[in-house]
Amino acid sequence: MVLSIADIHRSSTGRRVFWWLMFLLPLMPLAWIVFKTLEQDLGADPAQTIVTFLGLWTLRFLLITLAVTPVRRVFGWLWAQRYRRMYGLYTLFYACLHLLAFATFILGWRPDLIARELSERPYIIVGFIAWLGLVALGMTSTRGWVRRLGRRWQQLHYLVYPIAVLAMIHFAWLIRAGFGQVLFYALLLALLLGYRVKSLVKRRAGIVHPS
Amino acid sequence: TKLRAAKAGDPVTGESLTPYTDVTGHNNFYEFGLGKEDPKAKAQNFNTDPWKVEISGEVGKPGTYTLEDLLKPHALEERIYRLRCVEAWSMVIPWVGFPLGDLIKRFEPTGNAKYVEFTTLQDPAQMPGQRSFFSTLDWPYVEGLRMDEAMHPLAILAVGVYGDALPPQNGAPLRLVVPWKYGFKSIKSIVRIRLTEEMPKVTWNQTAPSEYGFYANVNPKVDHPRWSQATERRLPSSLFSPHIIDTRMFNGYADQVAHLYSGMDLRKWF
Repeated sequence: MVLSIADIHRSSTGRRVFWWLMFLLPLMPLAWIVFKTLEQDLGADPAQTIVTFLGLWTLRFLLITLAVTPVRRVFGWLWAQRYRRMYGLYTLFYACLHLLAFATFILGWRPDLIARELSERPYIIVGFIAWLGLVALGMTSTRGWVRRLGRRWQQLHYLVYPIAVLAMIHFAWLIRAGFGQVLFYALLLALLLGYRVKSLVKRRAGIVHPS
Repeated sequence: TKLRAAKAGDPVTGESLTPYTDVTGHNNFYEFGLGKEDPKAKAQNFNTDPWKVEISGEVGKPGTYTLEDLLKPHALEERIYRLRCVEAWSMVIPWVGFPLGDLIKRFEPTGNAKYVEFTTLQDPAQMPGQRSFFSTLDWPYVEGLRMDEAMHPLAILAVGVYGDALPPQNGAPLRLVVPWKYGFKSIKSIVRIRLTEEMPKVTWNQTAPSEYGFYANVNPKVDHPRWSQATERRLPSSLFSPHIIDTRMFNGYADQVAHLYSGMDLRKWF
């Protein structure tokens, strides 16, 4: 007999073990880049390598977070919902590391350079706004805030969609030539946003989802 | 292959050289991929022997020459130059080569020769980047110089780096090095040198005219539309003390080359 993930979630031990698994997996990219850094195996421009790597994983975790609801509904994976907040917070975690690495390794925390980047560089400004948005969502992700904000909480957290679009613009704006990778992620985001639009239209039409 | 180069004293930068592994492991050579490590990874089987170069256009002695014939009369010298990438990183590299002007003179430019156009090999079978569906660059890669820039003694054709023959990722077997311009002007793996009366249609300018001009002189006062050119990161950089330095006018070669552009508005002719 094959044990499904849903079955695992039926026992409290299973739930706990799976929670730890889901908690530790997203730390693998961080462990990998720390390892490569210690090995001094990041090429001639380790600063750029690290910043790009962390940025890419921020985007990936954002897409994973956005995929939770569609995956739950399409595949009936009800257990996935338990990890949505965790992956949202991991998105914020990697976004913070990305920004921190940029400020430290690329700008060396030089105030003149920071001021210049934040006032003149369109892709930096867009990325920074997206990060501020993620901070707002992360700070209000606790149970207390969900309760306090009530229905407004959902409205606030719809911000994740414009944030995702800003993140994609931030990414695309950096490219000098060759848009293959950006197109790949943009297509994924378009699919996830398209799913939302579709279910919104259905809801308006009075068709209610089972979950 | 070790190259025999008479050491040239001038110009020496006094800055420390970027190590060989970084010079040959961190390259923009989009014919071999978009990543900085792609050229080294994907160019190792690049066939540069035999190699021919076509000399054409406004010259008295046009023709297609083997690399050997092209190089024979020229004594190689070492030139240590700063290389400033348009992406705001830089290196210091000991090239081995000879003045481009010496080569051009041999082929007897006509009075109509106003520009020099260079073309990189186009060979999608060997160059995976030229097969990419998503690339926005048109192949083959084309670059160009004004005649007086090409005849300037600082502009060289390089066949080596660090005393060895150029590795494929650095533009083997023959590349241009113009140290006062952004790196993309220094075209690699040259198969054609054409002297023309009209300004050549150069690749990056054709792709994004608002971002890349024909001249592409290093200029800290004229930003790329998407990033500042006022500073640069000298590679290799160390993580906790990033080597950020101020970018210099004409990449520090203003004394030698500024006169070429006197009276020109460098904001317009960027």
